[in-house]
Amino acid sequence: MTAATTETPLLSARALHKTYGSNPALRGASLDVYAGEAVAVTGPSGSGKSTLLHCLAGVVTADTGAITYDGRRLDELAPDERTRLRRSQFGLVLQFGQLVPELTAAENIALPLLLERRSRASARAAAEEWLGRLEVGHLADQRPPAMSGGEAQRVAIARALVTSPRIVFADEPTGALDTVTGELALEVLLSATRATGAALVLVTHDNRVAAAAGREVALRDGAVETADVAR
Amino acid sequence: MSLGTVLLGVLADGPAHGYDLKKAHDERFPASKQLAYGQVYATLTRLQRDGLVETFETTQSGGPERTAYAITEVGRVELDRWLGETEDPGPYAADELVRKTITALHVKSDADGFLRRQRAVHLEAMRELTASRAEAEEIGTRVAIDHTLAHLDADLRWLEETRDRVLRTEGSR
Repeated sequence: MTAATTETPLLSARALHKTYGSNPALRGASLDVYAGEAVAVTGPSGSGKSTLLHCLAGVVTADTGAITYDGRRLDELAPDERTRLRRSQFGLVLQFGQLVPELTAAENIALPLLLERRSRASARAAAEEWLGRLEVGHLADQRPPAMSGGEAQRVAIARALVTSPRIVFADEPTGALDTVTGELALEVLLSATRATGAALVLVTHDNRVAAAAGREVALRDGAVETADVAR
Repeated sequence: MSLGTVLLGVLADGPAHGYDLKKAHDERFPASKQLAYGQVYATLTRLQRDGLVETFETTQSGGPERTAYAITEVGRVELDRWLGETEDPGPYAADELVRKTITALHVKSDADGFLRRQRAVHLEAMRELTASRAEAEEIGTRVAIDHTLAHLDADLRWLEETRDRVLRTEGSR
């Protein structure tokens, strides 16, 4: 699963620094993500995992450092350009799903497409197709508060994949679920990204989740630990 | 009594030859060492002597004689007794991994480097098991792999905690 070194990474971060107040969250983190691979970002609490993910996903801007996506400098794009790129190329799955509670499952999934100015009918059709693929078609007209944690997470995965992103970022996607439900949600996330060819960057503190990815990037104190792991 | 009762567990599904018992055992417990035929037949002889299994039928078609065995009523009682009994939590303290780490801390060798490399080895083992579990359809195979995964995960968490302690101790010097 490890990508060949001659291949150009789809996403590349170099020497990222990010400080919140006087708290340094990232201290020179660098990372490459190759097309179609699944990478687990691990590390103890406070190691900067989530901050790194948010920087890579363009949700948070690093103080210094460079992020290149598909040959373009993400950190140098104008905010509206970055938003557009993020909406069309990136998918995001968070720990608690972060669905809009007032909208039904189908409306939640259709939302990113509507923001891209797709017609209501085609957005609804795409949402229903994804609900079916993730075996939660029966939830189409249900609202998040009526769903179980595992169901809500499947809807969140569908929402992240409905735009056919080339890369999906997941921040502790199973963190709020029990082991077996979490395992099922993880299998859904992995098989859906594999089927669409999207790369997956997965932040987790759970070794079993990390073991489901093809490769691990371990963070400590805001930087990637050197990979001098002789085997 | 473990192998005997495990074979009784296979025979509870119906009579089987020694060969079938070995195959069923190896499929049920992919993480453990494969059974040798000698072990299977020695165990069957003992089970028969104790009245826990009996000869079901002996056939011969060209090759050597083949005997199928069946579980007896006494065998079924013994199997149920074993299944109902709890097990002693295993003795984990003598693990080579623990001994090596403690020794490394005592002789002040590069414990951090060792712990980091060991983590990579453990995670790779988990990765391989996770991949084979994804392909396993039978619940028995999945839970057998889950058990190994849970132990590797416990080791990994211990490795991480130990590394945290080592780094903190070094940091406070």
